[in-house]
Amino acid sequence: MKRGALEGLSVVELGSMVAAPYCAKLLADLGANVIKIEAPGAGDPARHRGPFANDQPNPERSALFLYLNTSKRSITLDATSETGGRILHQLVAEADVLIEDCPPGQLESLGLSYAELSRPNPGLVMTSVTPFGQTGPNRDRRAHPLNLYHVGGYASSFYTPDKAEVRPPAAGGGYLGEYDAGLTAAVGTLGAVMGRRGTGRGRHVDISKQEAMMGLERVEIARLANDPDPTSWRPSVGGLLEAKDGYFLVTPLENHQWQSFMRAMGDPEWSRAEWCQSEVGRMEHAEEIRPHVVAWAAQLTRDEIYHRCQTEGTPAGPVRNVAEVRAWDQANARGFFVELDHPEAGKHAYPSAPYRLSRTPWVGRAAPRLGEHNEAVYGEQLGYSPQELAQLAAQEVI
Amino acid sequence: MPEHGSQEAPLAGIRVTDFTWAWAGPHGTLLLAMLGAEVIKIESRTRLDHSRVRSIMAGAMNSGPDASTIFNDLNLGKRSLTLNLRREEAREIVRSLVSKSDVVVQNMRPGVLDRLGIGYEELRRIKPDIIMLSSSAVGASGPEKFYGGYAPTFASLSGIADLTGYPDQPPIPLSGSVDLRVGSASAFAVMAALYERDRSGEGQHIDLSSTEVMSCMMGDAFLEYEMCERIPERRGNEDELMAPHGCYHCAGEEQWVSIAVGSEAEWTALRSVLADPELADEAFATPQGRKCERERLDAILVRWTCSRTPAEAAETLQRAGVAALPVLTTASLSQDEHVQQRGVLRRVQHPVVGERIVLGPPWKLAGAEVRGPAPLIGEGNDYVLSEILGLSRPEIEQLQRDGVLD
Repeated sequence: MKRGALEGLSVVELGSMVAAPYCAKLLADLGANVIKIEAPGAGDPARHRGPFANDQPNPERSALFLYLNTSKRSITLDATSETGGRILHQLVAEADVLIEDCPPGQLESLGLSYAELSRPNPGLVMTSVTPFGQTGPNRDRRAHPLNLYHVGGYASSFYTPDKAEVRPPAAGGGYLGEYDAGLTAAVGTLGAVMGRRGTGRGRHVDISKQEAMMGLERVEIARLANDPDPTSWRPSVGGLLEAKDGYFLVTPLENHQWQSFMRAMGDPEWSRAEWCQSEVGRMEHAEEIRPHVVAWAAQLTRDEIYHRCQTEGTPAGPVRNVAEVRAWDQANARGFFVELDHPEAGKHAYPSAPYRLSRTPWVGRAAPRLGEHNEAVYGEQLGYSPQELAQLAAQEVI
Repeated sequence: MPEHGSQEAPLAGIRVTDFTWAWAGPHGTLLLAMLGAEVIKIESRTRLDHSRVRSIMAGAMNSGPDASTIFNDLNLGKRSLTLNLRREEAREIVRSLVSKSDVVVQNMRPGVLDRLGIGYEELRRIKPDIIMLSSSAVGASGPEKFYGGYAPTFASLSGIADLTGYPDQPPIPLSGSVDLRVGSASAFAVMAALYERDRSGEGQHIDLSSTEVMSCMMGDAFLEYEMCERIPERRGNEDELMAPHGCYHCAGEEQWVSIAVGSEAEWTALRSVLADPELADEAFATPQGRKCERERLDAILVRWTCSRTPAEAAETLQRAGVAALPVLTTASLSQDEHVQQRGVLRRVQHPVVGERIVLGPPWKLAGAEVRGPAPLIGEGNDYVLSEILGLSRPEIEQLQRDGVLD
């Protein structure tokens, strides 16, 4: 069997819901050995959040949990108990990476700070994922994903038509901001892992979800910080438009793209005007152009527009819902959706990864059941006897 | 200061030959540069990186290729080598540089570099353990591999645009930040391949689809569709379970505070702060009840928020234990006290535009830094040709005269 690129990297995850688990999932799906620590009894809150098939709550059938925890092993451990803390120490002593999302200061108060955890294991990389990071005046502020998204540098009003009424900005779809933090944390984590090449020393990676989101709006944040009174973006030609069967998006910016767009439209008479030959002219006449494009688009389906435009060389795309993406020829020709079989949730197609590494495959496996790997990890890896395990279970440590 | 482990740049000694342009690819190599890789950006005066000349939103906007706000932000700490790739001599320089590189990154349409004789198969002959990442709109295989796009195209094709926005308003295609996510995923994949190369001694080619990056960042929605046989829809700021959950109008124009109540403790805290008798209504006693009656609940919240500033409202609610924060605009973020104390913003001296504010790395990680301003076009020619490739001054001048370095 082919091996994933991160085979040999050993990771302990003490995370819940989306951000830290997504970070660990990205590593696990490429072959890292990820042990996920869950609270005894309940497990990761994502197990209870759902959605569930037929809306029947079941901790082994939460779509959110199943997606975010592929390829991991699950053990139960109450890391806040004294014995639990000792076991965590033991686990981390053998790991390359610890990914955690405890409130800032909590691990420190349990004697599990980076300084203490890395003393017996100087190569340890520890990634801490929190709303505002480990320092600063907002460090301990309470924040759900919605609150955080709205302090992350919202700049998504481009391409939306004029609003009839003033409404607050809308958050990114699904758990977008949390995924952002998870991806950013995964990049920082691998950076720190690579940083061990020279001295063998690990590092602590402090991830603020707010800063992860800001990093994705960095162009706009910097633009406004340097120029508090900037000229506003001019409306461009194209953007979001309506076809016969829904929305699509087209961006014919550069001259060659505009010319290809006109070919896709059948070289209309109006496009031969002098002002239509330059980008500046088209921007100045955007209001005149728009009705022509709107009328043309209204007679075609999104897919007709998509293929017609793209064949000529115009960047365009239909706005697709989840079902339409799932049925998309291109995604399926690439094997983007992969069927994974879970003993309780059954067989389902999961999005795999956006990258295909030519020699080392994506090695996703279905998510673990709660505590599925207690015996393997505590028994085989750490050497606890069945009696000791039973005792730990009785004390509700595991 | 707590122990932070090693201080040296994590990717010290890694060299990246960077053919990327626009936003997505450059953000990927920006992250690698912040981690300490030496990034050499290959560009040409005959076809400028479009972020040097334009914004997708505003069109042509800069006084010159060295003055672009966008370019100068996305290319901090890189070197610039100008090459006219239509010339065989230029392609020969690429081959020499790749033989001394660890990574090649490119985001031209599939097949372009192959036709120039500097595709992956050719480059691996020169440098067997080279890692090459090719990033494209919808991937380098499949029936639509030649289709192109910008950030909002990827958002539309991936499903995320359809999920973003209000249910009674058009979808929101998110714009430039989508490209930056693509760049982050690229940096991750490159480092995974570097990790593997250190063990196997072999390189590989990475085919990255920008659209798939976004689909993966809403993967739970695909599984919801699979398992629950329903299509998730956009819902503004609402949550499937929580209520209240939204942005509430405050004193002043377009001023909002976000409030989200997820637990009974938070609900009790909210009630105590608002002290509105209507909240005692039995209908609000359970999370399900609050979700059903959310519109009535929202109206009660606004009665309280609308006479307060976002900061006052958030402060009062936070003290009681409610998750509430002012809704910050992109412009106000740089003034935020927490953001300033965390050192998110840095000042960089640029030879043409002077001192500029930029954002630092998105992680607090020892050895990760902004290593300098974005390069002027061709700023690194002498360094690359002479110091890395060992060409003599007359040789470089000859290349210059022949238009190879245009």
